[in-house]
Amino acid sequence: MRNISPKTAQKIAMAGIWAGGAVTVGILLLIVIYVLLRGIPSLSIDFLFTAPKGGLSGDGGISTIIVSTVYLIGTTLIILVPVGIGAAIYLAEYAPSNKFTGVIRYGVEVLAGVPSIIFGLFGFALFVTALHFKFSILSGALTLVCILLPTMIRTTEEAIKGVPQAYREGALALGATRWQTISRVVIPAAMPGVITATILCIGRAIGETACLYVTMGGSAAMPSSLLSGGRTLSLQVFYLAMETRALDKAMATAAVLILIIIIVNTFTTWLAHRFYARMGGNV
Amino acid sequence: MKIKKFGEKIPQSLFFIIALSALSVLALITVFILIEGVPLISKVGVFKFLFGMKWAPSLGQYGIFPMIVGTVFVTTGAIILGVPIALCCSIFLAEFAPKKISNLVRPAIQLLAGIPSVVYGFWGLIFIVPFIRNYMGGPGLSILAGSIILAIMILPTIISISEVSILALPPLLKEGAFALGATHWQTIRGVLLPAAKSGILASIILGIGRAVGETMAVIMVLGNAVALPKSILDPARTLTTNIGIEMGYASGEHQQALFATGIVLLVIIMILNASAQYAIRRK
Repeated sequence: MRNISPKTAQKIAMAGIWAGGAVTVGILLLIVIYVLLRGIPSLSIDFLFTAPKGGLSGDGGISTIIVSTVYLIGTTLIILVPVGIGAAIYLAEYAPSNKFTGVIRYGVEVLAGVPSIIFGLFGFALFVTALHFKFSILSGALTLVCILLPTMIRTTEEAIKGVPQAYREGALALGATRWQTISRVVIPAAMPGVITATILCIGRAIGETACLYVTMGGSAAMPSSLLSGGRTLSLQVFYLAMETRALDKAMATAAVLILIIIIVNTFTTWLAHRFYARMGGNV
Repeated sequence: MKIKKFGEKIPQSLFFIIALSALSVLALITVFILIEGVPLISKVGVFKFLFGMKWAPSLGQYGIFPMIVGTVFVTTGAIILGVPIALCCSIFLAEFAPKKISNLVRPAIQLLAGIPSVVYGFWGLIFIVPFIRNYMGGPGLSILAGSIILAIMILPTIISISEVSILALPPLLKEGAFALGATHWQTIRGVLLPAAKSGILASIILGIGRAVGETMAVIMVLGNAVALPKSILDPARTLTTNIGIEMGYASGEHQQALFATGIVLLVIIMILNASAQYAIRRK
């Protein structure tokens, strides 16, 4: 019999669909639990605060790596956040709905799809070579700004658009100018959303590797300035896994990464929920 | 009054200029990569560059056909393995999952999207690769390993976009099908999936884009040999990994050849993104 009755088909399909959900969650649990179980035993305060020896042994901890990562992300945010917010304000509040605005939006969309390694090539050609920043934290940070720009702009724009129209109308009715309305009413109200966008970008910055692999140089030494080379946590996992036998250290570093991402994700979800609950509740 | 008006104009023009940042970065990327890469392609010849079988920078031979084949194989494998799971999971979330369960699955998918690619690569290196080596033969570092890792990495992209496009359908469609006596599966297969077709197609294309563009995780599990692979258990090299691996020590013509590889990659990504946009808009 080739014809399956609709009822049987329904049962088979249901099984497949539930299995799809289960497999997805299962894979996630498998990776996260595997890395945490094998990585956490080698994690210690010592590991976090000892400098790596560098070279092929892979001995030591990750103190300088953490410092490089913090420098990198700090520098990135100082440039990224103002630019992202500015562009989002324009798109959400000022942009007329014409063709050129469409082109700007399309640019953001396309930029979001460009692979990390292409940004790396670009960063290498512009920041490392043409501007003579060499392989450095600064070159890496500027490249990261380019990668994260679409995420920052889109998420911030959503947050600004989430502010109820009544806020703007109220301010304008009181005689405020457009800029006063935006700077004193809309932006403060959208602030939790902007913070969410920023933390989201921090999460992505921590995970980026390919573009930094070709712009940061990968030195494991303590960075003395923004023009020093450096290694992020992600790069450290890569170097340890590919060039040393210190797989336990790589695993411990990977566990640190996963823990950071879990914290970042939980925090952004919580913040976003609170933000939208408040905006929704006030209309 | 005039001063006030002038004060109003400043922020508007300022934010307009900032909003052009994404567009300018996109233009700069294109310009820089073309400037560095085009001279080599014109020297070697487009046909010989794209379809040349031999990549030997020390001998001045630059043919990237093996990398194109590697990219196509690994990506196809990722799509074959990943798409069915992702589609089942998105239908599960949109149609079946009780609220309690979907509130657990959604953050899980977010986490899956946030895990750094090196962590996937590292996990693949110590979990998937030995498994393939021990139970299926070959060196383990292989197209199959790359496809499995990429299949996992594209799950969040496909799931979230497909789910949104199923959820965006008007409830009348479903109610109508139910009223005609269709089972839930018949409704999904005959009504909902065809109606959400363009969104689902776009999600798959964007997933392909992500797989084609991924670099670090693939370097770690693919073996990176420059040769035409004969089976899925053979190592291979993709366009992205070709750039990632050799960028660190390339100079002169060799470096230009890597930028030229970047041009091919960028063109592929642009075509994929444009088709995804087209699929979404056609609706």
